[in-house]
This record gives sequence, C-alpha cells and structure tokens, in this order.
Amino acid sequence: MTTFWKHRLFWPAAALVALVTVNSIARPRFLSITMRDGELYGALIDILRNSAPLMLVALGMTIVIATRGIDLSVGAIMAVSGAVALTVIDGSDDPGNLGTVLVAVATAIAVALVLGVWNGFLVAVLGIQPIIATLVLMLAGRGVALLITGGFITTVNSDPFSYIASGYLTLVPFALVISVVAVAVIALVERRTALGVLTEAVGINPEASRLAGVRSRGIVWGAYVLSGALAGVAGIVYASNIKAADANAAGLFIELYAILAVVLGGTSLAGGKFSVAGTVIGVLVIQTLESTILFLGVPSAQSPVFFALVVVVVVMVQSKRVRGAFGMVRRPGRDGPTGPPGPSKHEAVTGRRTEVAA
Amino acid sequence: MSADTSADPAAATSTQTAADSSPYVVEMRGITIRFPGVLALDHVDLLLRPGEVHSLMGENGAGKSTLIKALTGVYRVDGGTITVGGEERTFTSTADAQAAGISTVYQEVNLCTNLTVGENVMLGHERRRGRTIDWRATHAEAARHLRGLGLTIDPRSLLSSHSIAIQQLVAISRAMVLDAKVLVLDEPTSSLDRDEVEQLFGVIRDLRAKGVAILFVSHFLDQVYEISDRITVLRNGSLVGEHLAASLPRDVLVTEMIGRALDDLEALSGTARREVDRSGEPVLRAEGIGRRGVLEPADLEVYPGEVVGLAGLLGSGRTELVRLLYGADRADTGHVSVHGRPARMTTPRHAIDHRIAFSSEDRRGEGIIADLTVAENIVLGVQARRGWARKMRRSERDAIVAEYIEALGVRPANPDAVVGNLSGGNQQKVLLARWLATAPELLVLDEPTRGIDVGAKADIQRKVSELSAKGLAVVFISSELEEVLRLAQRIAVLRDRRKIGELDSAEVDLDGLIDYLANEGKGSAA
Repeated sequence: MTTFWKHRLFWPAAALVALVTVNSIARPRFLSITMRDGELYGALIDILRNSAPLMLVALGMTIVIATRGIDLSVGAIMAVSGAVALTVIDGSDDPGNLGTVLVAVATAIAVALVLGVWNGFLVAVLGIQPIIATLVLMLAGRGVALLITGGFITTVNSDPFSYIASGYLTLVPFALVISVVAVAVIALVERRTALGVLTEAVGINPEASRLAGVRSRGIVWGAYVLSGALAGVAGIVYASNIKAADANAAGLFIELYAILAVVLGGTSLAGGKFSVAGTVIGVLVIQTLESTILFLGVPSAQSPVFFALVVVVVVMVQSKRVRGAFGMVRRPGRDGPTGPPGPSKHEAVTGRRTEVAA
Repeated sequence: MSADTSADPAAATSTQTAADSSPYVVEMRGITIRFPGVLALDHVDLLLRPGEVHSLMGENGAGKSTLIKALTGVYRVDGGTITVGGEERTFTSTADAQAAGISTVYQEVNLCTNLTVGENVMLGHERRRGRTIDWRATHAEAARHLRGLGLTIDPRSLLSSHSIAIQQLVAISRAMVLDAKVLVLDEPTSSLDRDEVEQLFGVIRDLRAKGVAILFVSHFLDQVYEISDRITVLRNGSLVGEHLAASLPRDVLVTEMIGRALDDLEALSGTARREVDRSGEPVLRAEGIGRRGVLEPADLEVYPGEVVGLAGLLGSGRTELVRLLYGADRADTGHVSVHGRPARMTTPRHAIDHRIAFSSEDRRGEGIIADLTVAENIVLGVQARRGWARKMRRSERDAIVAEYIEALGVRPANPDAVVGNLSGGNQQKVLLARWLATAPELLVLDEPTRGIDVGAKADIQRKVSELSAKGLAVVFISSELEEVLRLAQRIAVLRDRRKIGELDSAEVDLDGLIDYLANEGKGSAA
C-alpha cells in the first residue's frame, strides 16, 4: 500500500478539502459554476479570482523563504506599484487608452523591480538580516506611495485598467489567468532549470554551497527581485479591483498572509526545500477561509478570531509532534523511514552554528 | 607522586574524611559516556590538584570536550564517579557544577556582549538594597574583582567594546565571583595574539598561586609546555596517560596523541615511493601566502601526479593554508599561480574556474547539503559551474551519478537517498564524487578519512592513489600521520600556524616525522 498520506502535500490538501466540504454542506450552491454570456461565475470562481494578489505575493515569498530569507516589504511594494500605475494613468490625457494603461503597468512593475533589487542588495551584498533589510521598505514604502499620490487616494475611470481585475479572457477571469501563468512560469523555471535545486542548496547550507561554487549571491538577490516584481503585479491587480490607489490599505498585512500560505504549504521557514504546489494550496486555504467567514456572517469584529482559530487548528494538524501525541503517526523510530525532517532539522541548527563560528 | 597511591583507598572508602587526606580538588574516576552507537569516553580518569595547571591533550574526537562537559555538568556520565572536594557528586546541570566551585571559560566567550562588563561579572550576584539592585555597589565589587586580575577597565563600559582577550579575562573574573576552586579554560588562546596570551598566562599563574586548580585545553604545544605542570593525554575516548609536563618529551606526547595504530593499508605505500616529475610547471604555486592571525606566510607547490601531504596537529594551520589557497578565506599576503600563470584566488569560484577542488574537513557544515539527495549532491559541483540556466540533462546526470556511485562504492547505491541519512564514510564518498565529477586538476582533501569506518577509509585512499597515478595533483590533509606518509610523496609540516618545513616521505619514517613535527624550530613559534 502506498503511503500517500505521508506525502508532504497531504495535510495542506486535506485542510483545503475539509474547508470546501464544510462550505458545500453549509451552502449547497458553493460548488456550482454557471455560465453567463460565455463567462464563468460561482463561489469557487470568485475565490480563485480574489486569490490572485495573495497568490502572486506568496509565490515570491516561497522562493525568498527557500533561501532562508523573508520579505516583509511586499505589501508596501504593492502600495507603491498601485500608486505609480494610477498616477501615470491619472496624469495622461486619455485614461481609457490601452497604450496608456500598458505604459502605466510597465512603469509600475519596473519600479517594483527596482525595490526588489534594493532588498536583494541589502541582503545578498551587504549581508543585512532579511527581516531587518525588508522591514526598511515595509515601513518606508507606504510613505513613498503617499508621496507619489500626493497624499490622496487617486481614483481613475479606465476600462482597460479595470479589465485587469474584473475582466474575462474568454471563459475565465483575467486575474485568474495572471495568477495561473505566474504559477506555471515559476514552477517551470524552478524545476526545468537548475534554479530550484541551487536555491534549495543555498537555503539548506549556504557555506557548503559557496564552497561548491554556487553563485549564492546572485541566487539570493534574484529571489528578492522576483518577490518585488510579483508584488508589483499584485499591486496592479489590487488597484484595478478598487479602481484606486489607496496607499494605506493596499496589501495591508499581505506579507503575513503570504508567509502563512507558504508555511501552510509545507515549506519550512528555516529555508531549503520548497514547494510551489504547496504554496498554491496554502493560498487557496486562506482565500476559501476568508470567503467562508464572509458567508457565515461572522461579525467583522470577530472574524480575525475565527480566522485565527481555524489557522491554529490547520497548523497543529500539520505538526508532527501534535499528530504523534494523538497517535496519528508512529513515533519516529531510530531506523524508521521518517525521511529528511529529523536530520534536516539538526542540520539547520548545526549549519547556523557553523556560520556564527566562522 | 607517592600521594597518588595513598589517596585512592581513602577516596573510595570514606567520602567524609577524604576531604582531609585527598590531595585532589577534583577526582574523576572511570568516567564512561556513551552516545548512540559511540563510546565517547571509556573509563577515563582525571585528577586535578589545587594550585596546579593541568593540560588535557588529544586530537579531535579524543574525548577532551566530552570529559570537560562531564565535569561541568553538561553531560551525565554513564559510569564512573566525580568527587569534588572529597564529596562524590552527580551534576545534573552546569549550575550544579558552578555551585560546587567549577567554572568554565569557553573558546567562544559565553558572556552577554550587550551588557556592561560589571553586569557580566556580577550577573546573578548583584549587590542588593532591599528589593532593588544597588548598581553602585555592584559595579564597585566588579571593579574589585577585575583589579584582582590586573584589569583596570571601566566596569560600566559595554562588554562588546572590548577585545576578545579582555572578554576572556572578564569571563575569568566572573568565575572568581563564583569563588571557583576549579577553572576550566577550553581553548582560551585560539583567538589571542602573543601579548594577549602573555597577559592571560600571567593571570593563570596568579590564580595558581592562590590555590585554584586550572584545567587548560589548547592545541598549541608551545603554550601547553609553557604553562602546564601536568598533562593528561586522551586518544579515541581512552586515557593514554598522565605525566608531569617537565618530564614528558614532546615527541612522546605527540606519539601518544596520534597513536601508532597500523592498519591493513601498508600495501598502498607504493604511492609514496612513486617518482614525480617536477621538471615542468607546478599545477599550483603559492608564494608567501598568509593571513594575519591565521597563518604566517607560507610557500607551497604541487606538481601534476603528485600527492603533497600536510602534517600538523589540529590548529597548526594546515586547514587554514588550504582555505587560503582555495579562496574560501581571503589571503592578505602572497600570491598564487596556476600552471605558471598568476591567478586571483579570492573566492571559491576563482579556484573552481582554475580546476581546483576543495573538500572541507567539516563534512556536515561545509560539505554535504543534507536535505538533498545523493544525486543532487554529486552533480552540485558540475551544475554550479554551468550556472542555473543550463540544467544537466537527465540522462547525463544519471550516467555521472551511476558512474561515481559505482566507482566509489557509495552505500546505499540509491541516487535518490537523502544524503543526511548516509553514514559519514558514504557522505565523504559523495563529496569526493562531487569534486571528481568536475574533472579537477588539483584536488584538496582536508581530513577526508576522519570519523569514517576502515572500509570507507581504504576505498578513499585507494581512489586518491589511483587518480594521482593518472596525473591528478592532490593536497592531502590528515591527522593520521601514517596515512600521510603512505599517500604523499612530499610532506609539508606545520605547527602553531606556521609552515616549519618540508620532508621527502621516502627519507623519513613515522618517528622521524613525529620528531620533526614536535621539535623542529622548537620554542621559536609565536
């Protein structure tokens, strides 16, 4: 018998299935997808579309976390990106022109890319701890966004821009297309090239990787650039959805949700092995949960508590120790086929020590 | 010396009266400690007398730090007794040991660098006024203890504003606050310069005069002889002997530390006899390469098909030398040329581009990527050279991996096994495979056979011998001098961070090498 429940994506997937099941019992129409004017509608479609910004940010976060880093600045980068895009559109003579919108989007992503380069420079070249390096931009970024919009919430009326978040590409919402393309491109680039395995090597043991000739500086730097760029795209999707650049609300706390999604997906915060598929599941768990809270009519003042309770349960179910205590897994024996977690944890600790001592 | 015999029965029979008759402040007898699958200490005795400096000597893995940790309450013993001040004790924590008067100063200073000097010295013993701390009195008390060691620094200054040497003395002051009867100094001099060592030794001599028993651990032979009254030698977890320092010749000490266990590898000594053609350009020539506080400038040449052994005790500079050659650490003097052309070696990438491969002595910390598979670990070197964008094709990868698993006998022969779960010897073979797959012209192996079983050791030595016969240049470091003598045609000898000379292995035997390593240029090293 195959031990499919030992697969590392089993528990995240089980949590998602459980949430969907609860929903489909509570509201019978949850699973139904209807076609209207050649476009798909339904609760599931909404969840997938609304998850786009978090999906983009969490993808970047996955790669950054794999390098033993963290990127707290993604929410602020979203705010800057939205501000830049809206300011470009607002300042043009023809906001409804497709060309204008394309220029705005390109400018916004370029600015986000530069912010990612800045983060990567601080971490990979100057050796500043990632949490501190990205905290700088997390705190300063929203100020920059406010500066760009002149302290106001810039609103625009531009059909091509609104299309990004609310339009349909034939059957499916365009925002969903963006996030599917991002997932596919990143999964392909990481696994079809050696980037994925080299990233993991750097995350698991930076010193051994350096001595083996891995260009770890470039790999770490690249992770932050990717994270910045994806946050930039997420910022555009968000701004398009509300047709405005709100420097204070755009991407607020999204860095924390993204980290949560990555962890729910089974990637360790200690760095190393990562799973793009796990992150996708993690994002969907969070988004489905939010939709559930809305549907169940939990008063908005209490919804964070409800959210927290469910997350605590999901995280505990994933914890080996908790499952062991409830007899859901056998205690890892000395020679049992427990796989990497045991030694890897040990290695992470010893690896760090070596770093300090060196 | 005669007191030894009279004290034994007294200590064994009566723990009450032993305090009067025992000459020892600490008496560890028959200490045995087991780790899973390893007997770390096997019936080891250690006897510390008041007013004496006692050095604990042994190579890596000899059991020095395990013994110290048994004494300081970090490990619990599986067998044997620890008697302190005539009373048999079982330490369950370091606090226990401290309360019994045993204080330890570690190599990496374990103080709080973000507190003041005074706060560190008095931590947990602050002077109180009612329920609050009287900082004025606390700092005055700290200053008194510091002056006792000849330190006149301001107790209100931040600890981090002082050098490591001063921090170490502060740690000793702290031990004095705890009224230590025994002071354990674990590698206290490893990051100190000559003057700082002198200052530390002055303090040690003062404490000795006050009747404190000092347990001293250092890899520097000259320092051990300078400060010690008595020396205990360990090897492979067993006690080799206890000697008065004054009557222990250096070569005897080194022989005891290294051992002379001859194994079944004598057959390989043909490698060392092979003639090497040194008429052409060497693969690597280093001139005056060194780094302040790490290694005095040294020269080294390696010719194609030659195995150059580096002999020296741990901390002698052998690892430091190869790390500088490889660019793992940056040299601040000297230059390196490859095939006669000057080469910059400031990062490992430079060395790899010149087809130099380096396998670190720290297998887990700087070698394997534990969570990745055997296959991923083996191709990492080649893949890193090619860059991330040009991923090795599956068929090519499988062929390389299968070839090296076969050639080196990696067990289990499963490319998808996670490397962290393999035995040390097999991890070492995976590392060797990683470097051989990059087709190097110079292979630098730092302790490739340490801590691995005899079979794997033989496999690795055989492979090195084979490859060098085909023209590969090799630099081979090992603590086992027989191994160096067997494989290397030429041996560079280092001691106390300095290269002291080179020997032709055809003209020297084990005793000659030990004698050279221990005595050549004796006492002149800084």
